[in-house]
Amino acid sequence: MAAASARRRPAPLVLLSTVFLILWLLAAAFPFLWTAWGSFKVELDFFSITDWTNALTGEATENTYGRPFTGAGYFGAWIQEDFWRAALNTGLVCFFVVCTSLTIGTLGGYALSRSSHNYVFWLLITALIFRAMPPITLVSGYLPPFFQWNLWGHLPTAIIVLVAINQPFTLWMLHSFFQKIPKDLDESARVDGCTQFEAFRFVIIPVMWPGVITTGLFSFLLAYNDFAVTAMLLNENNRTMVPKIAAFLGTTYTEGNVMFAVAASVSAVIPLFLLVMVFQRQIVSGLTAGAVKG
Amino acid sequence: MKHRTFFWFFLPTGLAMLIFIAAPIVSVVMQSFFVPHEAVLVETENCGPFGCTKSVTIDQEATEQLRANNPLGRFAGLDIYLDRGHLAVSEVAEAWRETDSLGAFFSDIGDLPFYRALAFTLTYTFVVTPLLIALGFAIALAVNSLTQRLKGVVIFFSLLPMIVTPLVGSLILFWMIDSRGVLGTLIQYLADDPGLSLKASTSLMWGALITYGVWHSAPFAFVVFYAGLQTVPQDTLESARIDGASRWQQVWYVIVPHLMPLVTFVALIQLMDNFRVFEPIVGFNAAAHATSLSWIIFNDLGGETRQLSAAATTSVLTILGVAILLSPVLVRTWRDFKGKA
Repeated sequence: MAAASARRRPAPLVLLSTVFLILWLLAAAFPFLWTAWGSFKVELDFFSITDWTNALTGEATENTYGRPFTGAGYFGAWIQEDFWRAALNTGLVCFFVVCTSLTIGTLGGYALSRSSHNYVFWLLITALIFRAMPPITLVSGYLPPFFQWNLWGHLPTAIIVLVAINQPFTLWMLHSFFQKIPKDLDESARVDGCTQFEAFRFVIIPVMWPGVITTGLFSFLLAYNDFAVTAMLLNENNRTMVPKIAAFLGTTYTEGNVMFAVAASVSAVIPLFLLVMVFQRQIVSGLTAGAVKG
Repeated sequence: MKHRTFFWFFLPTGLAMLIFIAAPIVSVVMQSFFVPHEAVLVETENCGPFGCTKSVTIDQEATEQLRANNPLGRFAGLDIYLDRGHLAVSEVAEAWRETDSLGAFFSDIGDLPFYRALAFTLTYTFVVTPLLIALGFAIALAVNSLTQRLKGVVIFFSLLPMIVTPLVGSLILFWMIDSRGVLGTLIQYLADDPGLSLKASTSLMWGALITYGVWHSAPFAFVVFYAGLQTVPQDTLESARIDGASRWQQVWYVIVPHLMPLVTFVALIQLMDNFRVFEPIVGFNAAAHATSLSWIIFNDLGGETRQLSAAATTSVLTILGVAILLSPVLVRTWRDFKGKA
């Protein structure tokens, strides 16, 4: 009991820390709630010059549509402006990027974790340098050959490029996960007469899923959130969600289009919201994997 | 593992990186030394009963021929690096000669596109990084003293700013801070200046971008520090307490030293990531007040005229900047590796 009372924090400190946390939570969550609420209004309410409470009550929306809420922004973005196509493209890109980069990344990461030759270190260092490179600096290297061979603008091109940009990070992450799997496991399989690949297939694959899922989450986020590469490498029909949202802003600044962008942004945040809800534990462990170790 | 087996296991990922990262880097460096061919012009003289006129036309065939013979373009050496759009050597020298104070010199330099972008990129990198570390540490300390049930909820909401797409996140903030948005109205009200607007004020725009940067990256620092707090040795804390250390002293002399390696880790990662700042400038529509190196590249590549050489040159300069920021990480990794071996 004595120890517990010694650890109990004085009231002012508790108050301070609670107020601080509430402020931070407001800063972290309030913008999303506000924008989600405002996405069901017309622009005059979302950006209300006369009175900011209009954004809450939706006065102009009521004048236009007879109700304080309207789905006009969503209808305009998804149906009129074909945002559904961008969503579909994002789905395709993310699915194939995650699958491909995990497949080749597991093989490579496994090899790196099980080999003790000198070149392993240099390969990891090279991957680290590649990881630090801003992807946009590579784009001017992609464009001439892609134009020449008519590869520019297609989804598979963007997928392969994103897979490659993803690899350095994937390799580092999987390398450290595989190092935690005891070497004895596959070595005993080798003693029993398996080839290295059979040992990988029958002994390692069944136990590697936690690490692979965590790595997959980050590959997904990289592909989903990318703007620079997809905006530069995809043509108008094949655009993914993020460049599409940017396009809503860039076209002439009419009333409807800003609200299209607002509705589309809210739509793009929802999958991420669900992702964090389901995989919170994996995301946290993935973020700390590299840090706590080294 | 045998070399042969290693080779086959590593081949797919190695090929992907070789073709789509290593080769483009080589290509970018090459492009930065070449400019596109100018069209071959031919002068023809048309003589008629009313005198002769000269006209200049493009010789399509010869231009095509020239482009086919030298697809890289005309060799320009370091010309693109030194031109006005990049290092602007002659402009800098002129500004140095003609201005009489350092302030005037720097304001002259600040009008050159490359230095303007570099100034913002560096300011952003070195202001955002310490701030996000401090904020992340404070959140981690506060969350660590919560009850188990509250922790999950708080961590969930804290992750959102980091997970959300950078462009979307910056748009969401921009729509609120914009002069017509709710926070913009609040700022005007607090400053008692109805004309105050993000679009019109450079300092407000820089402040908003930096706020976005801290908001976006603080969760990463928070999560890392929070995990580190779980491993603080309780014995040391206990003995500090017995020796009469105040709460503040416990944090400063026990917890902070324990977390120091993590602080270095977060700082190095964030320095590299903040250096590539790009999406918020698009999201905040900030190009009139703040540009970054990545933004210049994007701007050169986009639009009707794709200025590949200019973009490639800025890319090479950006890569050099990253390399300087990366060197401490490399030294650290090298030391770890030597330590292990």
